[in-house]
Amino acid sequence: MRHLMTNIVIAILLFSSGAIAVENEIATLRDKTPIDQQKEPNIIPKVVNKDIKKARNYPMQPPIIPHTIRGYEVNLNNNKCLSCHNRQRTEESQAPMVSVTHFMDRDGNFLAEVSPRRYFCNQCHVTQLDAKPLIENDFIDMHSLIKQKQSQILDQEY
Amino acid sequence: MKKIIQIGWQTLRRPSGYFSLGFLVLGGFIAGVIFWGGFNTALELTNTEEFCISCHEMENNVYEELKATIHFTNRSGVRATCPDCHVPHKWSDKIARKMQASKEVWGTIFGTINTREKFLAQRRHLAQNEWTRLKANDSLECRNCHNFEFMDFTEQSQRAAVQHSNTLATGEKTCIDCHKGIAHELPDMKGVEGW
Repeated sequence: MRHLMTNIVIAILLFSSGAIAVENEIATLRDKTPIDQQKEPNIIPKVVNKDIKKARNYPMQPPIIPHTIRGYEVNLNNNKCLSCHNRQRTEESQAPMVSVTHFMDRDGNFLAEVSPRRYFCNQCHVTQLDAKPLIENDFIDMHSLIKQKQSQILDQEY
Repeated sequence: MKKIIQIGWQTLRRPSGYFSLGFLVLGGFIAGVIFWGGFNTALELTNTEEFCISCHEMENNVYEELKATIHFTNRSGVRATCPDCHVPHKWSDKIARKMQASKEVWGTIFGTINTREKFLAQRRHLAQNEWTRLKANDSLECRNCHNFEFMDFTEQSQRAAVQHSNTLATGEKTCIDCHKGIAHELPDMKGVEGW
């Protein structure tokens, strides 16, 4: 009898906790669409193609690509990006040259050409979409953080 | 042999004994129309996408690659099919190109590129042929649709506007100089100018 009672209590507890979980639904890209239905797809945003450099969020951030790269081939045969951003090509193209760090092998030795490990540009460099962020981004970079701290200290002093 | 030619020549020279002049003239005219019309229809038939991709070499390689590009599907729904870029529109140029294309018939019969590997091995050579042709005719096939006079630089991205209003406007460069590999994958570009 006692066993049965505990079982019932546990069952009730489990059930109610399950109900709470349903209430606190996690926001998903599917917008609460039932699992057996297909959500109407969102509009595909356009690639930003303004050719304007964006500030980097932190010093080591790979700069983003400010233009479309549709159909750009980066493979064994050729690298479309390098046909403008290569050292030899920048005079004609006026594109920024690939960073010198890309000429280094993993031991820090400089090579004559872009190092094979840096060959696939899109591993780090990406285009941006003209889309609203899914969640708010409150990232603060180190520089702003230090400034904030300094102004706080100054406020305290005076 | 000489006798046969002589008989033929005599027949051509002698006036017609049975048919009236009207029949011969009209008949000749109608036969001419049928021949010429038939010739052009057949020619046009070889100028279609279906004809091009009726060979697996074209369907499995270049046509497959075209499908992902802007010349196949785009916002305005205009499609460039194979002959739009690879066959000149002007009649004499077209006939010249068609005569060159007889080499491609040879290639099909003897399987010059009948596997993917053979095709890839030949790709640089094949691409080079097209680049040379387009360079020589100042990218005529591009310009059949893309008219420089009608370009609105303000609608282009900044980079494109700069390039087009300088090197293209002065005739220093032609479309194909920069726009290689827009409809098909590129071969190994080692040694190609601008790469």
